[in-house]
Order: sequence, then C-alpha cells, then structure tokens
Amino acid sequence: MRSIARGTVPRRSPFTDPRIRAWVFQVLAVLAVVAFGWYLFHNTQTNLAHRGITSGFGFLNNAAGFGISQHLIDYSESDTYGRVFWVGLLNTLLVSVIGIVLATIMGFILGVGRLSSNWLIRQLATLYIEIFRNIPPLLLIFFVYFAVISPLPGPRNSLSLWDVVFVNNRGVQMPAPSAVDGFWAFWLALLVALVAVVVLNRWARARRHATGRMFPVFWTSLGLFLAIPWLMTFIAGAPFTWEVPELQRFNIRGGWVVIPELVSIVVALSVYTAAFIGETVRSGIQSVSHGQTEAAASLGLRPGQVLRLVIVPQALRVIVPPLTSQYLNLAKNSSLAAAIGYPDMVSLFAGTVLNQTGQAIETMAITMSVYLAISISISLLMNWYNKRIALIER
Amino acid sequence: MTIHTFKPDLPPPTISIGALGWLRANLFSSWINTLLTLVGLYLLWLIVPPVLEWAIFKADWTGETRADCSREGACWVFIQTRFGQFMYGFYPTELRWRVDAAAWLAIIGAAPLFLRQMPHKLRYGLGYLLVYPLLAYWLLHGGFFGLQTVPTSQWGGLMLTVVIAAVGIAGALPLGILLALGRRSDMPAIRVLCVTFIEFWRGVPLITVLFMSSVMLPLFLPEGMNLDKLLRAMLMVVFFEAAYIAEVVRGGLQAIPKGQYEAAAAMGLGYWRSTLLVILPQALKLVIPGIVNTFIALFKDTSLVIIIGLFDFLNSIKRATADPAWLGMSTEGYVFAALVYWMFCFGMSRYSMRLERKLDTGHKR
Amino acid sequence: MIRVKSTLAVLGAASLLGISGLVQAGATLDAVQKKGFVQCGISDGLPGFSFADAKGNYQGIDVDVCRAVAAAVFGDAGKVKYSPLTAKERFTALQSGEVDVLSRNTTWTSSRDAAMGLNFTGVTYYDGQGFLVNKELGVGSAKELDGATVCIQAGTTTELNLSDYFRSNSLKYTPITYDTSDESAKSLESGRCDVLTSDQSQLYAQRIKLANPDQYVVLPEVISKEPLGPAVRQGDEEWFDIVRWSLFAMLNAEELGITSANVEDMAKSTKNPDVARLLGAEGEYGKDLKLPKDWAVQIVKQVGNYGEIFDRNVGAGSELKIERGLNALWNNGGLQYAPPVR
Repeated sequence: MRSIARGTVPRRSPFTDPRIRAWVFQVLAVLAVVAFGWYLFHNTQTNLAHRGITSGFGFLNNAAGFGISQHLIDYSESDTYGRVFWVGLLNTLLVSVIGIVLATIMGFILGVGRLSSNWLIRQLATLYIEIFRNIPPLLLIFFVYFAVISPLPGPRNSLSLWDVVFVNNRGVQMPAPSAVDGFWAFWLALLVALVAVVVLNRWARARRHATGRMFPVFWTSLGLFLAIPWLMTFIAGAPFTWEVPELQRFNIRGGWVVIPELVSIVVALSVYTAAFIGETVRSGIQSVSHGQTEAAASLGLRPGQVLRLVIVPQALRVIVPPLTSQYLNLAKNSSLAAAIGYPDMVSLFAGTVLNQTGQAIETMAITMSVYLAISISISLLMNWYNKRIALIER
Repeated sequence: MTIHTFKPDLPPPTISIGALGWLRANLFSSWINTLLTLVGLYLLWLIVPPVLEWAIFKADWTGETRADCSREGACWVFIQTRFGQFMYGFYPTELRWRVDAAAWLAIIGAAPLFLRQMPHKLRYGLGYLLVYPLLAYWLLHGGFFGLQTVPTSQWGGLMLTVVIAAVGIAGALPLGILLALGRRSDMPAIRVLCVTFIEFWRGVPLITVLFMSSVMLPLFLPEGMNLDKLLRAMLMVVFFEAAYIAEVVRGGLQAIPKGQYEAAAAMGLGYWRSTLLVILPQALKLVIPGIVNTFIALFKDTSLVIIIGLFDFLNSIKRATADPAWLGMSTEGYVFAALVYWMFCFGMSRYSMRLERKLDTGHKR
Repeated sequence: MIRVKSTLAVLGAASLLGISGLVQAGATLDAVQKKGFVQCGISDGLPGFSFADAKGNYQGIDVDVCRAVAAAVFGDAGKVKYSPLTAKERFTALQSGEVDVLSRNTTWTSSRDAAMGLNFTGVTYYDGQGFLVNKELGVGSAKELDGATVCIQAGTTTELNLSDYFRSNSLKYTPITYDTSDESAKSLESGRCDVLTSDQSQLYAQRIKLANPDQYVVLPEVISKEPLGPAVRQGDEEWFDIVRWSLFAMLNAEELGITSANVEDMAKSTKNPDVARLLGAEGEYGKDLKLPKDWAVQIVKQVGNYGEIFDRNVGAGSELKIERGLNALWNNGGLQYAPPVR
C-alpha cells in the first residue's frame, strides 16, 4: 500500500491525506478493539458478580477427589487440581509425540510408495492417501474405538502371546521391568553405549569427509545399544525382574497397560496424518530434479543410498514447512481424545475440572494457553530444524 | 580365402511392449520389486475379498428390524431404517420437504454458474449469494410468510452438517480475505491486530473453541442476551477457518509481483479499487487449491460439533448405534458415515483440480 | 476494523436469525412472560427423567417439573422449550441465562449452591449412588469390587463419591470417564468396564436401555446422598419462589388427595381449607407468587400431582418400576414433605 500511497499525488486536505487517514483509521480500530474487549470484560465481571460465581485460580490448590484412568506421574485422588493439570498435559503430549513419530514413519513410506517404480505399490499408496485424507479424523477415532477395539474379547478370554502379552477390549497388557538392586549398573551401561555411539558417529563422519568411505553407522549403533547393556546384565546379573500381567478377578493386573482409548486415538491420528505427510513427502521428493537421481546413480550409489543420501536431504528443505503444519494439526487433533474418554488436557481439565469447580473461564483460559504454547514450541523447534538443514549459499 | 560365417542370432530382446512387457517393467523389474508386488498382492488378497464379502455378497439389504439381519455380513437394513434420521435429524417428518426444497434450490440456483456460456455470470452469482441464504433460512427455520418455525434444536443429520459447512465457507472466505489484507497492511496497528487474531485461532484446537462457545461465550455477553447454540458454533467455525483462509490468501498476495501493485497505482486506482480489481483476482486464482483444501478441512471439522452435543451427521449415526434395538451396528454406521464424508471431500478435491487447470493462464512456467 | 466488522457480523447474524432475545436483568418472570415460554434445561436422554420419544416429544420427571412451571405461569403446560444439555454444559447454560430452569437430575450440593451461582429450589427425587454389574461376574456387594474397572459420567458428583467410597474401603479401581450416559452404558455392555456407577435411578433407567437388561443387576449398596432437584439462577427470588412452589404444589396436591382427575371438582366444591387455599378458592396465594389464582389447579390438571408423575415416569406405571422408597410422602414413611400453603 505504501507504493500506492507514494504513487498518488499528495494533497493538502487533511481528510484525504493518506498518512493522516491511516493514523485515524488505526486509532479507531484500536479503540474499537479495546472497547470491545472492555465490553466483554465488563459483561463477564458483572455476570460473575451478579450470579455469585467464584473466580480466581485458587482452585488449583484444592483436592481433586476423582480418579484418572491413565497417569504418567503419580496421582491419587487426594492430589490437587494443579496436579490434574500436569497429568492431562502429559497425556496430551504422549499422544502427540507417539502420533507424530508413527505418522512420520508411515507418511515417508507412503510418499516414497507413491513414487515407486512398482505400479501396484504406487496404486496402493494413492488409494490409501485418497481414502484417509477425505475422512474426518473424529470418525476414524470412533471407528477404531467402537468398531475395532470394542468387539475384542474381554479380559477373561483375552488373546495372548505366550501368556505374557494380553490383548483384550481393555487394551494391551505386557510385562513391565521393575528395578531391583543394581539397577544403576544398567543405567551406566546405557550411558556408556550412548557415549560410544556419539563417538562412533563423529568418527564415521570425519572418516567419510576425509576418505569418502561409508561406515554402517545405523546398524553399529543399534548393535552397541543392545550389546553393552546385555553384556552388563551378563556380568552383574539381571538388574530388574519382569512383572508379568496376571488375570485377577476383574482385570488382568500388573505389567504395563496400554489403554484402548490411547490405542484408538494414536492409531486414528497417525493413519489420518500419515496420508497428508505422504503427499507432502511426495511433492518434496518430486521437487528434487531428476538429474540428481541420475547423477547419484552414475556415481554408483544403490537406489536405497540415492534416496537416503541424495534425495531426502534435499527434499527435506521443501518438506519441513508443510510437515510442521501437519505436526501442529496432529497435536491439536489430539484434543479429540475427549470424545472417547481418554484423559487428555481437554477431557480432564476443560471437562472434569471445569465441571467440578464451575470455573469455566479460568479452566478454558489455561487449556487454550497450553495448546498455544504447544503450537508455538512445535513451530520454533521445526523452524530451528529448518534453518539447520537449509541450503547454505555462499 | 576366409569364409565368412554368420554368428548365431542373438535371442530377441525381452518384450518391452504389450501386457507382458508392461508387467515386467512395472511389477517385476528387480527382485525387490517382485517382492514388493507379491507383498502388495498378498495385502490386497487379505483385505479385498473379506471386505467385499462383508459389504456386498453376504450383506443384508432388505428388512425392517434387526431380526432380518443374518449377521454374516453387513446389515444395511440399519442404514435404511434410520436413513431419514441420518439425513434430517429430528426435523419434523411432515416438514422435511422444506429441507429438500432448500437443497434443490441450491443445486438449481447454482447450476447456471457452472455453464460456460452464461451472460452476466458475475451479477447472477452475486445476486444468488445475496438471495439464496435468505431463502434457505426461510425454508429451514421458517417463522414468517406462513412457514411454521422449526427451532435449530430440531435440525440434525447431514442437513445440519451441510448447513454448518456452508455457513462456515460463506463466512470464512470474506473474513479470511480481510484478515489477509490486514496482515499485509502498511498500518502497524491493523497488522498486529490481524496477526494476533490469526495466530490465536490457528494455535488452539477447534474443539476447545467450540467448548468455549458452549460454556463460556454466554458469560461474555450482557446478561439476558442469548445466542442460539448452533449460531455460536457456526461463529466459532467461521473464525477458526477464516484464520486458515487468511494464511492461504496471504500466500497468494505475496506471490503477486510488485509491478502489479505499482501498475495499479500508476493507473490512479486507490487502495480498495486496486485491491479489488487488480490484486485479489490474481491472488485468489493462485490459491484456489489451498482454499478448497481449507474447505475440505472445514467440512471434516464440522464433525466436531458432536463435542458440544449438536446432532450433526456423525452424531446422529453415533446415537443410532447406541440404540438397544440395533446394537452391534457400529461398523455399518461408521462405514456409511465414512462413505458420505468421503464423497463430499473427494468431490471437492476433484473439482478444485479441474478448476485449477481451467483457470491456469500460464503463470506457472 | 476487522474485529468491529466481526462484531457487527455477530450482531447482524443474531438479529437475522431472530434468536437473540434481550431480557431484562433479574426479572426472569417478566422475560418468560414476554417470550411466552419457559426455556428448560434437561438431560440428553435418560428414560424416566427426560428423554425424547420417537417423535421428539420429551417425557420424564424432570420434564414434568418444567411443564408444571409453565402451567403455573401460563396456564398451559405445553409452553416449554427444552434445551438438552450435557453434564458439562448444564451449569454454564443456567448461569448465562440460556435456560430459565435447570431440571436435569442434578445433585444439590453446597458448592453448587454457593460457589456456582445456582439456587436449588427443592428435591424432586431423593437418590443415592449405586452400581450396576453384569451377573456373570458373580458380584453380590460393592465391597467385592476390588480391582474393577468402573465407567462413570464425567463432571458429576458420582465421580467424586466413587473415589471416596473406594478409598475409604481401601479398594483399587480404574475409572473410565465418558461424556454421556449412552457411552458409559455402551461400554458396560461391550465389557470395557465391569461396573457402571451412577445415581440408582439412572442405573435402572440405563438398564432398560441395554440389549439384555436381565443380564445386569444393581448392587444393594447406596454409597451417597443424591438429592436431585431443579435449580435456578441466584439473585432472582421471585422466579426462585415460582419454581419452588410449583414443585410444592404437586407434593401438597398428593398429600391432600387432589389428582388430575378430581382437581376441578375439588376446586369448586371443597370444604377442606387446605385444599381451598392451594387451589385458589380461598385467599390470594397465587398473587403473592405473581401467578394467576388457579396456578395450582392448572399444574395438577395438566401435569398431575407428585404421585401421579412419579408413577407415570419411573414408578409402577413405567418400565422402570422403581419403588417410592425415600420418595414416598412424609406420612407414608418417605422424605417428601412440602410446606403448607397459607
């Protein structure tokens, strides 16, 4: 607009001077917004006072007094609403993180599949994407929860794998390790493995830069991670015992339980988001010119290496920005968990706590700020990553 | 003298044309491809025959009650008996013609817009956009000119889904364009306001916003002033999607070369005229796919009104599956729902692709 | 500018849809009379209390309370509009003035009365929390429920009572929380949970909605007091009195033997001064409440006395077949007691 303003002949009259008009306009707009905000605030104040509704954040220190089906941190009924908040937040983050990891893996497979030289695979990937992109995620969640998991047998007739892992309509129960004396040795082993992997990576990169020779970093790292702790177990004795789930009167108790609500939401969201990520990856890969593939092939790289070393690093620059918004969508869609009773931020805090305390404004404000914070963090993280992989032009 | 002897003929090259050649090139070009093909075929064999058998060959198509279902395959009787409710919700049965009439009017009224040789298309389109909403409101809600009032609490089913989506689209597009213009404005105050608005709505999940509309908004309004629950939900959908539209449109605005702005100014056009006549027509054309994608997302997002207890299409199906007389029909219900949503969304995406090709005037070289 | 436009759009859309009504602060009765109906918040589907039949007509005790209020105010029990509300929405809907009466099997507690800006006008149904289990489990008492998975509805007093009960008996449990009673009932049926807990009346109501009701039993324990009643906004005593006395009128009518069948005769020919005062034949008691003289006649004639309502919706005359128990009149060994009209 400045260019337009500059283009027009400046006139003296204050009514038509673009600069004065802009100022007036802005002042009016700000005033209107402030007035509107004040109006809402005033209404709320009057309403709260008139109807005798308590306000303030004091309720966060009151005892909650209700149970929660899944909590990653210790929680009991006598804990406060403040702790309920953390339980809900962690549950939301859990869904988002697992969902993002799964969706990314599936999405990359789909995106590569869309461009496969194999006709059948190409068609299957297209079919998948076209089906799942066009169905509401909430419907997928309901479908998985009510039509796939609900009809599974109950705990007394669970499907079991070697009587150790159980699958039934109350989720997946599997053995959990519980630490005994000497568990520090295990942590130490893990730490040693981690250090070894980091050192190996550095060395491998330096060698590649110096000599151009590749080193199978991935497989060696995996081996190290498995071998060192295993060796330690061998020397120092098992640092933990396995707690095997057992059928009791009502439920299978003990071990780790993955509740069906979590399974439904994670499966549905990753299936849904993977379709979008697949398309993103496809267009990213297509943006890398074909000459790159040919050049890489003529250097003698195998197809897998071409993809991993040449295509994907370049495609990532195109992929990352839209990928970020898919991640954001997934994190926001995790709030749909409320619809099937998964205790996430929305169902726990904006649902139960809101209801028990009746303080709608405070709970909703907290909930929304949390999602805003999550969105902003994902954006910042991905922007940082994007900058790191961006082409450094000289 | 040496005798020239022919070497034996080389074998013919492998077929590269015809069915066999195609198969070889596309399915069995290497051992890894062959493996993939086999895995793909196995997957298909695993999925397709049972699905077809369930959905078609062993399904029950006729009957009245649950007893008419053999339960060997899908029981589409369930969908048939509940079809009216899925489409209209609790809209009074004897008044359902009004919904049909509104739908037909929408289709017939919009049809000329799709004809290529239509004079005064723009004028007609604007007129349609002005007249149709009033007409539809009269038909659906009634309350004047002799039509009985049907309160929004009785609206439901696919009709409600479409109404929310349509209002959402009609409201979000203009608001989104205004926001996008505001974000690119030279006036810092306007810019800040628009950026705050956009980022806020993009940063929170729609479901919390809908929650807010249902439990909080009434506290913001002066005492005694009430907005209908459906209206509140629609407002939230409009604001939410407008923020997304704004970002899409901003992309289009940024893609317009500076020369266009300068040329418009050189012609003596003011801000609004240059924007409306020069910039927006070009910018919007560029971002049609993005806008349609937002509409598709909006259509899918309407299903979230279930959270605040509105009886949209998905909710009417969900409620029907909870009916004790029809227990165990979740799969049928949700498959039907998926099919309907899919048809709408897929249809829109195909239409946008066509439109994109049609409007492509060769800017992308 | 955009904000202004959107505000204008809000207002414009609101007036276009004609659904917004400007109501004067504090005077609910005036507003109700002006708009011509009582807006009543009810539950979203609970047989016996409030549920829509196949034609979309609402029935149940909670619904009848609203109809009684309409009968008292307008002399026409049909002048009610219903807003089905989820447990989460109910209080805000009342606080914000979206509904005039909240009659939605809501438990009267001190915090709701004091901190949430509500006033409970009385008790329509004395209830208590119980457990519904599958017979297959062979559970005879709630004390045997150690380790069970329990389905509950979110945001209710039941959620809190449940944890109190299990804690005080040092039993372990896993709660599964749903938004609607439909979902929790469905989960009990599919076996996602072993037990469904709720107010006993609701358990009976939900049991008949299950595909195989005889497969489930309600356990004998009642673990809490749940007085259910209608609530109104704080700060409008006039309206509070109307709702409260509409309920009392039905209770008094039962006590005095007035039924929907004999109410008109009784109004004309009664010699009992209590009946005469209630039915407006003597004194100006309706006027005190800012109601027509025949307010109680209209309630009983169109809706019925408390006994009739109970019987029709949840008692012997209904599918639920719940005993009167605590809800019998005080002179029959129950708790239902209404102050006299005088």
